[in-house]
Amino acid sequence: MKSQSNSQQNNIVPANATFHNQKNKLLLPAWLVIGFFLVVPVLMMLVYSFLTKEFRGGVIWEFSLAAYDQFFFDRGLFGDEPAKIDWTYIKIYGRSALQALIATLLCLVIGFPTAYYIATRPVRSRPLWVFLITIPYWVNLLIRTVSMKFLIRDNGPLNTWLLQAGIIDQPIHLINTNLAVQLGLFYSYLPFMVLPIYASIERFDFSLSEAAADLYASRWTTLRQIILPMVKPGIIAGCILVFVPSLGAFLAPDLLGGAKNFMIGSLIEEQFKGNAGNWPFGAASSMILLIIVLLVLLIYARNESHAQGAR
Amino acid sequence: MNRTHKGLANNMSEANLSIKRYPGFFAVTLFCLFLLYAPLLVVMVYSFNDSVSITRWGGISLRWYYDVFNGAETAKFKTAAWNSISIAVLAAISSTTIATLAALGMIRSARWRGKSVSFALINLPLMVPEIVTAVATLIFFSAIGFRTGYASILIAHIVFCIPFAYLPIAARMQGIESIYEQVAMDLYATRAKAFTKILIPLLMPGIISGFLLAFIISLDDFIITNFVKGAGIETLPTAIFGAVKQGIKPNIMAISTLMLLVSVLLVCISYIVGRSGSITPKKE
Repeated sequence: MKSQSNSQQNNIVPANATFHNQKNKLLLPAWLVIGFFLVVPVLMMLVYSFLTKEFRGGVIWEFSLAAYDQFFFDRGLFGDEPAKIDWTYIKIYGRSALQALIATLLCLVIGFPTAYYIATRPVRSRPLWVFLITIPYWVNLLIRTVSMKFLIRDNGPLNTWLLQAGIIDQPIHLINTNLAVQLGLFYSYLPFMVLPIYASIERFDFSLSEAAADLYASRWTTLRQIILPMVKPGIIAGCILVFVPSLGAFLAPDLLGGAKNFMIGSLIEEQFKGNAGNWPFGAASSMILLIIVLLVLLIYARNESHAQGAR
Repeated sequence: MNRTHKGLANNMSEANLSIKRYPGFFAVTLFCLFLLYAPLLVVMVYSFNDSVSITRWGGISLRWYYDVFNGAETAKFKTAAWNSISIAVLAAISSTTIATLAALGMIRSARWRGKSVSFALINLPLMVPEIVTAVATLIFFSAIGFRTGYASILIAHIVFCIPFAYLPIAARMQGIESIYEQVAMDLYATRAKAFTKILIPLLMPGIISGFLLAFIISLDDFIITNFVKGAGIETLPTAIFGAVKQGIKPNIMAISTLMLLVSVLLVCISYIVGRSGSITPKKE
């Protein structure tokens, strides 16, 4: 690494950068495909969010702030009353954030001990444990969500067993509740929590906990005072990896939450389905979601480089 | 007590272990695995249920699997499956090719201005929420007047598969020292030859695992496909979603079980291939 940065200063390409001069040609396909089919579409979405809606879906090419206005303000039924802040959509975003947050905490509470346990297995068996945790992630998200729905519905297997075992006298009503959505989100993204935490615990030097024990620290004190601060980057990474996709999730809220537990994903989806849709409003809602997510990622990246600079 | 342990080298590892261990963490791990696998196992078990009702257990049978292949909805699901598989194969081939070239440009180059931007661009599909990608892609195709259908699904899939193919290939390339290509080129192999004859074979496990991951990711996608597919074309997930909206039926559980097994099988292959033949078992 050192020789690489030195030679960089002298403008000599190091010998191990064997394809340095070809890099532009090699990267061009990736840049073009992602640039043309993702960056350009996102920019176009930004443009669309400032256009006028057409009633059968689609847009009229006329500049308008109506979409953002509808998101934030209420001007009465005929649009002639003074603007008040409209909480309907802000509330949906707030509820989504809350649901995503609870799901993230659930993942953390279950994921941390799991990651810790795996990271303290013998080196040889660790990949197998990690593999066990990741397999369900590769199973179709739709199928996983449907499975969850099947399991927890009112007359589903979970309630049947609990009734038969005499643990409960009445079926637990889970489906179409907030808890079901949180459970679904937790189930969707749990591996995203376990893997980064596992990676940072694996790098943790356990002679530190030994030292703590020598100084009469109890196990839990060691965990709180030594291990947790050291693996904090992994925990934060895990939380972001769970929170971000949870925020814009569609399947779990749609299949497990029902109409009462409307989240951002369903709100956006509705704007593009059928004739009742409103494309500029959907584009504006997506834009707001994207900005929130990018802000979260930016703050994270900032902290990360700060932490690295401090080290 | 710890002091005496310190003196005894033999007990060191044991003492070490007990300090590391936290009571209850193993139980949580088991609970975690239970949560992850229970819903899937339940659906697998109920797919063998010999009953029209999904609530009552009527004994074991394969009737719903028979129904999948010879039932009223067979034609619909067959077309959907064919669309899903062919799109996944094409998307995986394209994204793996693009990702391999990109990994070569990223890993085998020195630092340059814009390298981190390039890295962010390659991984952008992972950072943008899926629903946003879906909306943006739909708007894009509609704005340029591209008719939504098979081709629009394929293009969208190629885009979001690139980072999934890129990560294992780049990781593999990082583990292969460049001395191999350097020697080949010292012996008058052209750069292209050094790449195809030396680097590609060494990279193969990474390429295969990248391909399989891209394939699974494409096969699994629902949200983006649902937005950009247009009317009249279904992939397996959108067909299943449509059916589930009318209630979970036993044949859906049989299809789900089949898809689940395919995914698990492919991930296992990817895992085994990815582990085989590590060249430089360097530890970080």
